[in-house]
Amino acid sequence: MVNKNRYNDPKDISNCGLCGFINKDRKLVSGEIIIKGIAIQHDRGNGLGGGFAAYGIYPEFKDYYALHLMCDSDMAMKNVEEFLNVTVMVKHSEPIPTRKTKAIVSSPKLKRFFVKPRGNSEDYERFGVEDGADDDYIVKIIMHINEKIDGAYVFSSGKNMGAFKGVGFPEDIAEFFRLDEYKGYIWTAHNRFPTNTPGWWGGAHPFTLLDWSIVHNGEISSYGINKRYLEMFGYKCTLLTDTEVVAYLLDLLIRKHKLPVRIACMALASPFWKHIDRMEDEEKNAFTALRMVYGSALLNGPFAILFANNDGLVGMNDRVKLRPLVVGTCDNTVYMASEISSLKEMNPEIDNVWAPKAGEPVIVNLDKTEKTVKGRGKK
Amino acid sequence: MSKVCEIDARGIYYKDLNKRIRDLIKQGVKKFILKNVNGQRYILDGIRENVEMDIYGVPGQDLGAFMDGPTIKVFGDGQDGIANTMGSGKIVVHGIAGDVCGYGMRGGKLFIKEDAGYRIGIHMKEYKDKVPVIVVGGKSGDFFGEYMAGGILVVLGMFTRKPSAPICGDFLGTGIHGGKIYVRGDVDPYLCGKECGIEKIEAENDETLRNILKEYCNDFNIDYNDVVKEKFTMLWPKTKRPYGNLYAY
Repeated sequence: MVNKNRYNDPKDISNCGLCGFINKDRKLVSGEIIIKGIAIQHDRGNGLGGGFAAYGIYPEFKDYYALHLMCDSDMAMKNVEEFLNVTVMVKHSEPIPTRKTKAIVSSPKLKRFFVKPRGNSEDYERFGVEDGADDDYIVKIIMHINEKIDGAYVFSSGKNMGAFKGVGFPEDIAEFFRLDEYKGYIWTAHNRFPTNTPGWWGGAHPFTLLDWSIVHNGEISSYGINKRYLEMFGYKCTLLTDTEVVAYLLDLLIRKHKLPVRIACMALASPFWKHIDRMEDEEKNAFTALRMVYGSALLNGPFAILFANNDGLVGMNDRVKLRPLVVGTCDNTVYMASEISSLKEMNPEIDNVWAPKAGEPVIVNLDKTEKTVKGRGKK
Repeated sequence: MSKVCEIDARGIYYKDLNKRIRDLIKQGVKKFILKNVNGQRYILDGIRENVEMDIYGVPGQDLGAFMDGPTIKVFGDGQDGIANTMGSGKIVVHGIAGDVCGYGMRGGKLFIKEDAGYRIGIHMKEYKDKVPVIVVGGKSGDFFGEYMAGGILVVLGMFTRKPSAPICGDFLGTGIHGGKIYVRGDVDPYLCGKECGIEKIEAENDETLRNILKEYCNDFNIDYNDVVKEKFTMLWPKTKRPYGNLYAY
């Protein structure tokens, strides 16, 4: 793939901060809480990237994919609109509301489109997906815009959720996007400290695909292997930051290959061979198979990540805990962050704080069809 | 100027808080009580005066790094990098602590009531009477005492928020070439670095351990007899130069 982006350094090393929470009753909570949680971690970032993901924010359009677009120019935005008009049904579109702030002096053109496939066979056929495979179709639309339309990027595309991100400290990005005015039942946030790639708007976290969003502190050293593996399945890595591959891997393993979340996590951060060697036969065979099949999906390097979709929030570390992650609960809400101070800032009442074991995901799943596995879990 | 100073740290940026503390130390304040601390970094870093500080809340990264003398009590959980390269003094944490505490520590004591994170006491060193000590009352993560060159590490596994976890993580004492690690109860040798000698001991027969545990129990109001009723596993370096031949050919 010829890279259309003018930034051309494929590597990113960062030392970021993150936080998130989920209300297990899907009760909607104001964005003010998550802003506090990330603002207290101000010094984990350097003002070159801040972002948020929020779930439950578009109830009036909950059956439509909410495409958030950032464009370098009006011309790029016009090209996107023309493309969408001939590929999907646009229920509603509007500029993403922002407010003038001192800290954010310039931004790309920002607009959101609530869309769904038109449902005719020619459309699905044109993009080579099965009839009625709406998610696959929308993924193709996103990949087309990101790869082919100059200066245009889809930075959020799920139903009833949205990502908001840009260059700046996260508290400034929140003010810019008026996030205090949104209410969601899952929120995640990120404070970026990029050192090897430029801090551009598309490179801020979260990274998303459909309703998957991911925020990440660390460095995916296996980026090259993961990227080439994903390309075999039609994913295009266009955003020049390692974290992008995690969003696509989750989509591939969980949505496409239908792996349970815990098993997908075990593929991304699988036990070391020396541990597998000591397992009972059944478990040993299962992990051996998982590592053989998904060897190219293994994430190497330091990371703490939070990923979410409409049905849950997951926090996970690399296998040797090279980045911090702490978890705390209060009533029916589970909080996760890089620092305990962030948990306390989001809710001073949190009293049971713990640090999850390296490589073992903390999964909060609201999907009743999949067995819920709570944190502090054993394998 | 009173010799005791109370500061409400709520919402104060870490640079402003630390500047204020430093100025007050210069003015002769000997004891600080910090209320509502949440995430402020670098508290008492590099301070050489024998001041005391009680912290209520969650102090931020690198609490007491490079410090040489002060005594800190934390009434709450601590974060990462406590006692980083500390020279002398004492830090007592009445909760859990994060990762990389006591990194390259050169002297003084770090007492943690509950669990500690990954990479506790790595690269600890000692010289003559400067012998750093860390005691973890709960459980520790992987790489406890990795590349340890001196000092004493103790883990009790008694006060924990992770009841199902093993007392220590993997790679325990890997690369140890000085100092000692004491683990209350048994340790699966599989978790230990191959540079470790392993021996079962009675705490009562080891004067160094006995004195440390007495002080620890006193600080947290714990029954000493309860702590020493189990045997300890002592890990010690089999050689002072485990990698002496690594680059020799």
